[in-house]
Amino acid sequence: MTTLPESTQKKLGLVIDLDTCVGCHACVVSCKGWNTENYGAPLSDQDPYGTPSGTFLNRVHSYEVQPDEGAAQLIHFPKSCLHCEDAPCVTVCPTGASYKRVEDGIVLVNESDCIGCGLCAWACPYGARELDQAEGVMKKCTLCVDRIYNENLPEVDRVPACVRTCPAGARHFGDLGDPDSDVSQLVAERGGMDLMPEQGTKPVNKYLPPRPKDQMDQLDILAPYLEPVAEETKGFLSWLDKALEKI
Amino acid sequence: MHPAPSVIIFTTLSGIGFGLLFWLGLGIPSVTGWSAFAFFAIAYLLAVGGLISSTFHLGHPERAMKAFTQWRSSWLSREGVAAVAALLVMALFGAGLVFLSTSWTPLGWLGAFLSLAVVYCTAMIYGQLKTVPRWKQPLTPLLLVAISLAGGALLAGQVTYTLISLPLAGVIQVVWWVTGDKALTESGSNLATATGLGKPGQVRAFEPPHTGTNYLLREFVHVVGRKHAFKLRVIALLLGFVLPVLLLLLPFNHVFAVLAVASHLAGIAASRWLFFAEAEHVVGLYYGKR
Repeated sequence: MTTLPESTQKKLGLVIDLDTCVGCHACVVSCKGWNTENYGAPLSDQDPYGTPSGTFLNRVHSYEVQPDEGAAQLIHFPKSCLHCEDAPCVTVCPTGASYKRVEDGIVLVNESDCIGCGLCAWACPYGARELDQAEGVMKKCTLCVDRIYNENLPEVDRVPACVRTCPAGARHFGDLGDPDSDVSQLVAERGGMDLMPEQGTKPVNKYLPPRPKDQMDQLDILAPYLEPVAEETKGFLSWLDKALEKI
Repeated sequence: MHPAPSVIIFTTLSGIGFGLLFWLGLGIPSVTGWSAFAFFAIAYLLAVGGLISSTFHLGHPERAMKAFTQWRSSWLSREGVAAVAALLVMALFGAGLVFLSTSWTPLGWLGAFLSLAVVYCTAMIYGQLKTVPRWKQPLTPLLLVAISLAGGALLAGQVTYTLISLPLAGVIQVVWWVTGDKALTESGSNLATATGLGKPGQVRAFEPPHTGTNYLLREFVHVVGRKHAFKLRVIALLLGFVLPVLLLLLPFNHVFAVLAVASHLAGIAASRWLFFAEAEHVVGLYYGKR
């Protein structure tokens, strides 16, 4: 059914720390690796050794932020489905292929019902949905629904592939509907934010803003009076110095 | 947005086809027998031809029947249901006119209403999308319905109705362009809100996530199509609205009437190209584009 549930029992989602992300794209690779082999149609590539183009459920942008004063900052910005509470991609679906789960709030596509009209991707402000060019069906982040409940995997692996693989610990997974969960506390502590709040989608995934950079305004006032470390040159360099002075 | 030929053909032809069905449903012109058959055949060729063309951009057209199920929430589904209902009702009404020379007036009105509903639903598929501020304005359904009514009147050979509705549609078209040009800025979405990074400073897209292109850029950031936007607007306005009106103002002649229809169709196709090519999807912001 393409109407949205009134509320969901859980709000599973990701918290992405923009302060910690180093932009290594490991989450992109692990996402593609897991999701091309597991749930649903594989994520195809077109012309991979020519002018490549392919389906990805997670992509990392990089932005430069120039403050009024001081040096610019480079911020790596992973972006995948935000599993919105008010997901516009779900309600536009004409076939009922797109749906939001009542039990955990994950937004999924039933690929056998998808006609590949692309309207859900049109309705998503975040570019989280991509129509697979080989299969003709819509692909999106499943929050690794086939990992997080998978009892065949060791418990440590029952998180989305991107979270499991992140070498910087910049990605966190949990229930954002529970105010006491680790992720909710992290969001509260660090001022987690929504992307494009004006679109009214109420994203579940949150982004932690980069921490302010250290300021170099606390120089020791005695520093200028310190004895210079450099000593008078000796030998060849001393001769060269004097010779050049004379010219 | 990518101006896919299938959707341009669909909205152009189906729009005028259902517009013609609207007038036929109202009994304008009042035709029976073979002339009724000719009018209905043209209307059905346009409306159904357009609908078939729209299935060409689907990844799985064989599953298209599933699209009738979600009419409670989806404008695309509503459009499909309305289209089938309009075509069935008007087929019955047309059969009465062609074979029995009888006009079942209430049935015709119902068919006319449903035909307009189809165009309205089509318009709302675009008009509902908050992600494309240029489309998300109340004028969008008004524009598509007005063009459909005017084109229908033109095809139905209704000089008076065309001379009223076509200039009106032209005015709506111009106003829609002008308000649309400001829509993205006024929507409040920009790179700062998209990334949430506006507070520390000025945000600039530094490096895209991929070296090549992808589905998102092909589908939503179609900048090439906007190259001749202004010239195309002038062409759309002249061919779609001005020239047909001038031709109708001349003493009536079948050659002029055919020319007026051809010119109108070409103009509306140009307008539809711009409808898609000029529409900026907010996902382009993430790529530092619009």
